[in-house]
Amino acid sequence: MQSVSSAADGAAHTSAGGVPPVLSAKGVARRFGGNRAVDGMSLDLHGGEIVGLIGPNGAGKTTFFNLIAGSLVPDTGEILLKGERIEHQPAARRLAMGLGRTFQIPRPFAGMSILDNVMAAAQNQTGESILRNFLQPSTVRAEERAARERARALIEFVTLGHLVDQPARVLSGGQRKLLELARVMMAEPAVILLDEPAAGVNPALLDVIIDRIVEINRRGVSILLIEHNMDMIARLCGRIVVMASGRELAAGTPAEIMANREVAEAYLGEVVPEAAT
Amino acid sequence: MSLEFLAYCAFFLTVALTYAVIVLGLNVQWGQTGLFNVGVAGFVAVGAYVSALLTSPAVEGRFGGLDLPILVGWLGAFVAAGLLSALIGWMTIRLRADYLAISTFGIAVTVQLAVLNLEDVTGGPFGISLIPRPFGDLAGRSLAFSLANLALLVAVVFGLYLMLQHLAKSPWGRALRAIREDEMAAEALGKSPRRFRIEAFALGGAIMGLGGAAQAHFIGFIAPENYLPMLTFQVWAMLIVGGSGNNRGAILGALLVWALWAASSALVEALAPAGEQARAASLQTVIIGVALCAILLFRPQGLLPEPGGARRRLPFLRRWRGTPAATTGSDRT
Repeated sequence: MQSVSSAADGAAHTSAGGVPPVLSAKGVARRFGGNRAVDGMSLDLHGGEIVGLIGPNGAGKTTFFNLIAGSLVPDTGEILLKGERIEHQPAARRLAMGLGRTFQIPRPFAGMSILDNVMAAAQNQTGESILRNFLQPSTVRAEERAARERARALIEFVTLGHLVDQPARVLSGGQRKLLELARVMMAEPAVILLDEPAAGVNPALLDVIIDRIVEINRRGVSILLIEHNMDMIARLCGRIVVMASGRELAAGTPAEIMANREVAEAYLGEVVPEAAT
Repeated sequence: MSLEFLAYCAFFLTVALTYAVIVLGLNVQWGQTGLFNVGVAGFVAVGAYVSALLTSPAVEGRFGGLDLPILVGWLGAFVAAGLLSALIGWMTIRLRADYLAISTFGIAVTVQLAVLNLEDVTGGPFGISLIPRPFGDLAGRSLAFSLANLALLVAVVFGLYLMLQHLAKSPWGRALRAIREDEMAAEALGKSPRRFRIEAFALGGAIMGLGGAAQAHFIGFIAPENYLPMLTFQVWAMLIVGGSGNNRGAILGALLVWALWAASSALVEALAPAGEQARAASLQTVIIGVALCAILLFRPQGLLPEPGGARRRLPFLRRWRGTPAATTGSDRT
């Protein structure tokens, strides 16, 4: 069983082996007016882990994601990526530092080809400078060639190879989720935040998505996954953190979480009889 | 075909190509980046006046008049308009599309009023004359002069076209398109919207400045009334008619709208009674406006649409038609 760290018990931010977590949030909070959307949330993600983040609608999961990804700035708390504080780094810097994300509602660049969508995620490109395009043309060409090859390989990896030159607007909802996976992988992140990759996806594509997430994780990428599909969570995650009202309600293995009475009450809105727990 | 007619055609094309330079600048800002700049005339004016001050002969009691070569003037115009655009971009680029439009309009009006009132620098309402013209030694031979200037403008527009096409296909151009399509997703992919937008605004402004300098040197005289909001309207009409996001469309739009402008001028001259000519000239604006409406209604992507591009609408049309605003600009105010 993997280590279970909990904000409530103030667990040390290292795994049992003493290896610091690759991503760590400590006491992160964010209010919108009088609403504490995230209220002192802490979470550790260790190298090679897939952690599921679940909770009822309005629990603050996506806000917590946005705080980690940099789309929002926390009011208080620390976020560390590979030991370095990032909570005040702009969102655009975080991918280059190794933190990628996908969106609950996929956000492809609809008018751009699928190849360009993925190539747009390449990092540290010399050709992103106006002047260097003219001063270092051979470097730009070589980088573009390498990026194109890598993007094509990733598009094949997510099973969209037959659509490589099509505009992203032709993709179905599930295919858009796959495109987002390829796009974020293009940047070679150490950590990926996946926001509901199964939402609205037909069962056939869902298996492909799960399979690709497992393969991405096998390549050494740590994953924090928001999902309502408990079957998918159970198949992918070694550890689950449950959020409710902006804070951690419980953490543990899928089996522990499934058996947790508080979780069932908060998540399913049911009062579970004692005998059943 | 008479030599005079050939000379007129060359003159017409040269003026149209000076507009094409300006429209290419706007295409970088709006077509590729989604920045709603309605202060085009201000950036054109800055380029024109900087180049005029650098290259015109000294005049007693007026600043400037450095009598430098025309090439230095054009470079100065490019750099000055680019720096001003970068500064304005740095201050305003976070604004939502319509607020950016209001800001840039205000800047253009400020520039126009500044050149009107800074008499010791700009000549005030009298403008600056004796601006050296390229191939000025051919001025006595109208056909040779017009053809030489046309060749120069063709070279400038072709060079700009190649440069902008190269940039549009580069990772820089790809990042611009990504930001225009979905700012939040692009930011999550490590592209700083602020940085790329400021760069695009500065490059577009620099090119507009170059266009202003080219116009000033071709005509040989500039005055504040050349840089009224009507110029901005003309340039926008050219880009929309030709096709936003397509550099070839920008050039085509400049040629077509300028042709329409020139033809309507000739029509007014031929049909309006002598005493009503000045008032009838307003019909030119009406004709361009009607053409613009027709394009917006029946072919909103322009005559040469952006390759692979989605249909985009100006912010006010988007609101009017109730379509989402996600494709352009930032959502921050």
